[in-house]
Amino acid sequence: MAENLSTFISSKTKTVEISREKPTVIIGERINPTGRKKLLSSLKEGNYDVVRSDAKSQVEAGAAILDVNAGVPGADEEPILKDMIHALSEVTDAPLCIDTADVIALETALSIYEGKALINSVNGEEEKLESILPLVKEYDAAVIALCMDDEGIPPTPQDRFEVAANIIERAGKLGIEPADIVVDPLALTMGSDHNAGRIAIETIELVVAEFGVNVTMGASNISFGMPDRAFINSTFIAMSILAGLTCPITNPLEEEVNIAIQAADLVMGRDDFGMNWIKNYRDRQKNS
Amino acid sequence: MSDILSKLSAAIIEGDFGSTPEMAETALEEGLDAGEILNQGLMPGMDHVGVEFKAGNMFVPEVLRSARSMQAAMDIIRPLLAETGIDQTGKVIIGTVKGDLHDIGKNLVGMMCEGAGFEIIDLGKDVEPDAFVEAVKEHSPNILGMSALLTTTMRAMEQTIKALEEAGIRDSVKVMIGGAPVTKSFAEKIGADGYAANAASASDMAKEFAA
Repeated sequence: MAENLSTFISSKTKTVEISREKPTVIIGERINPTGRKKLLSSLKEGNYDVVRSDAKSQVEAGAAILDVNAGVPGADEEPILKDMIHALSEVTDAPLCIDTADVIALETALSIYEGKALINSVNGEEEKLESILPLVKEYDAAVIALCMDDEGIPPTPQDRFEVAANIIERAGKLGIEPADIVVDPLALTMGSDHNAGRIAIETIELVVAEFGVNVTMGASNISFGMPDRAFINSTFIAMSILAGLTCPITNPLEEEVNIAIQAADLVMGRDDFGMNWIKNYRDRQKNS
Repeated sequence: MSDILSKLSAAIIEGDFGSTPEMAETALEEGLDAGEILNQGLMPGMDHVGVEFKAGNMFVPEVLRSARSMQAAMDIIRPLLAETGIDQTGKVIIGTVKGDLHDIGKNLVGMMCEGAGFEIIDLGKDVEPDAFVEAVKEHSPNILGMSALLTTTMRAMEQTIKALEEAGIRDSVKVMIGGAPVTKSFAEKIGADGYAANAASASDMAKEFAA
């Protein structure tokens, strides 16, 4: 077993440590216009009030890092992403996870961001390795590594592990430490393949055993097409935390998943005296 | 209706893909022709699945099993359909647009349309605008269906429609689009003929377009 690594992500004033010794770090997913009409229309108008309120509500609900995505159809991402980062710095000290496939927008975002950002994402495609990894190095950022490459998403845990290993090796050649690579095993949907959950979890186990790296994952895709999704998402996330997931990308306003994460942390012995669990219980009582 | 045809419909709804090929054979042995089996056995089954899926009473894995049951029966009757010269409802080309790897929704659309009697030509995912154009030229479909799941890949739909215009074949085919970030107003804006919110609606729309 490799030693567990710590990944540090920071804003100007706050540092978040991601580690298997610490409670799970939630990366809030909501600042992303895909499927969110209100946010999308506000971004189109150049209005960042929804961005600000999404930041506040997610941090209040337990997000420690905020994912920021400026994917407005038909618009240039670069200026929007820049404005979103400025708007966020006014209302929160939560570090950011910069989520874009546009390399120019990414570089601009990294150049104005004050702190150590998490980049979402690189994968094993040659073009991505060549364009993203140098930026990770130049801006001393950390990066999410998706387990897919030019051949697509491998069907087996072993092959996904190989993709992660390749990314870690390529990053290493540029002087990027494994601690700054956060692997995403890719949770596909159980609606179309009932093995999707198992494959993701076994990939986590392989990657953690070999490299000790931190692990992220979008955990709501898994239940697409199924009824009673919250139960599936909650169980999947708790099992993934046991396997080694440390910083899921979720919607912290979804209470069931949030509670599952808190309970998993308690079970894993990462909640001293159960104080977080009790505090969160009291908060729920107060709000109900 | 013949007993075997209602059994075939029920097996499709149940997703009993192990039994449907044998049932199709039995139907043929009983003297039913391939067109009757398709129109009165398979399609009513898939119609029912479409309605129930749309209503939220059936779920993706069940639809996939039903589609597999339909396809297993189709494998038996397809050669005979061709022989008897019975036309299928029409032809649909589907694909997920350039830069996008999400294909569950697109696959469901393909299965529901096949269930409605269409011939499906699936170009897969990450399909370049030119590849759509070439496929339309080659197959002369009634309908072209495009899927995108990302706000950043939606614009490839517009590029594809432009490419069809440039190739002078835009009016030869109805274009319908769908996917999580796609809306009706976006469809109108980029000059698509229709937007479908889910696979069952897509199949209904395809039937209207091909009628």
